[in-house]
Amino acid sequence: MRQSLIPVLTIVAAIFAIWYAAAIWLNAPWARDVAARGDQELSVTELVAATWSQEKPKLPAPHQVAVELYDTVIDKKVTSKRSLVYHSWITLSATLLGFALGTALGFALAIGIVYNRVMDKSVMPWVIASQTVPILAIAPMIIVVLNAMGLSGLLPKAMISMYLSFFPVVVGMVKGLRSPDAMQLDQMRTWNAGAAQEFLKLRLPSSMPYLFTSMKIAMAASLVGAIVGELPTGAVAGLGARLLAGSYYGQTIQIWSALIMAAVLAAVMVGTIGAVQRLVLKRMGMA
Amino acid sequence: MIYAKSLDLTFETNDGPVHALRDVNLEVGKGDFVSFIGPSGCGKTTFLRVMADLEQPTAGTVTVNGVSPEEARRARAYGYVFQAAGLYPWRTIGGNIRLPLEIMGYSKADQDTRVKRVLDLVELSGFEKKFPWQLSGGMQQRASIARALAFDADILLMDEPFGALDEIVRDHLNEQLLALWRRTEKTICFVTHSIPEAVYLSTRIVVMSPRPGRITDVIESPLPRERPLDIRDTPEFLEVAHRVREGLRAGHAYEE
Repeated sequence: MRQSLIPVLTIVAAIFAIWYAAAIWLNAPWARDVAARGDQELSVTELVAATWSQEKPKLPAPHQVAVELYDTVIDKKVTSKRSLVYHSWITLSATLLGFALGTALGFALAIGIVYNRVMDKSVMPWVIASQTVPILAIAPMIIVVLNAMGLSGLLPKAMISMYLSFFPVVVGMVKGLRSPDAMQLDQMRTWNAGAAQEFLKLRLPSSMPYLFTSMKIAMAASLVGAIVGELPTGAVAGLGARLLAGSYYGQTIQIWSALIMAAVLAAVMVGTIGAVQRLVLKRMGMA
Repeated sequence: MIYAKSLDLTFETNDGPVHALRDVNLEVGKGDFVSFIGPSGCGKTTFLRVMADLEQPTAGTVTVNGVSPEEARRARAYGYVFQAAGLYPWRTIGGNIRLPLEIMGYSKADQDTRVKRVLDLVELSGFEKKFPWQLSGGMQQRASIARALAFDADILLMDEPFGALDEIVRDHLNEQLLALWRRTEKTICFVTHSIPEAVYLSTRIVVMSPRPGRITDVIESPLPRERPLDIRDTPEFLEVAHRVREGLRAGHAYEE
């Protein structure tokens, strides 16, 4: 922990330095424009200060995003439509539901592929094809179709999350359920084990490391799915809505704070899976 | 106990058929310790796998305990020890030995007593709660033998169980295996490619040779059942070892 602290802080400091420098570079033309119209000459310090405090900068400075985050996370009541916590929860609930559905679907497909010859030969190409279709093209159609069927709100977004998140689980679990070697399978045969016993006692435990790795990727994909799913709904609520509204009105600070929030959510959720993984594998004596 | 008559097994490969076994005839009696020795490719492991119903013969008949290998497997008539210990890393030593017992539906109390008993048998008492990675290779292989002994199978099929271990550990395990065999009166079929190991352990030595895999000699050992390690320096032992070597040579095993 101690040893990694200094390198991590160095990188963070470097990112901030680059970010501030980029803010000056990108926002300077606008600042000069404003000054020229007011017939003012800007000194270097004035120019820098101006690039870091615009209302709609091309690239907001880190502290502007921090202030926006503080305002919308801490200052606003969580029930308020202006609270980022409120919007985050909207997105998070769709993400978690979609993740659960996607993991379940991926798991079921993987079992089918491992145990059924016909599925083994036929399903995988479709699974891969499903991921080559751009989600941005499919998402509005899913929303519209489900809306026509009387489903709106959480579920359509969760479906899009599921669409993205089942893929890594299928791929990982097929690999994981097939990870026992020929000798281990022969051994099960010598004990005259049934298919269910072979699955529960050998294949499933063997696949655990694969499952958690897949779930981490699936969780990140699921969040992307939920955010994308919020874009075509007309930007009512959720982090996706904040991104869309921000881009309509040139609210770059709002966009960036929503982005940071999304990144934090992803980090927390993937981190949680990582913690569960360590716990489970440790209890299994595999870590 | 085990009976094979004019057994043939041909594998179809991309390079044409491979005769893994041709015209193999053998009878293994109850309480025998039979070693199969020969160079790689002579079909000794394949023969063992046929007995265990892990391979199907192309022609001929095999019976294990008077029934087909498949019925014997379904009746859990044998324990099979593989070349690698094959312990599950997520189960403790006790849990690994319990595994076949769980599959076979032994009661919890019965499982406990059996685990204790076989751990005692292979001198691993006190290691029940340890995970496989905490044990040396030799201890892991002993645990895998314990696992094969945990259920009531009269036959033990062992496929080069000590092949990956160093000679000192191997000597020790050979001694233990003999003691175990005398105590449990199991019938053991043992695949090896070490002449001293085969001679030291067996009541009968089956010499095999490759292309096609066949039996070239069956040697009845004149050595007594009680065998200290230094029996290996006696003239009787050396004579048997010599005959095995001759048998291997006659089967052109030393070519290449």
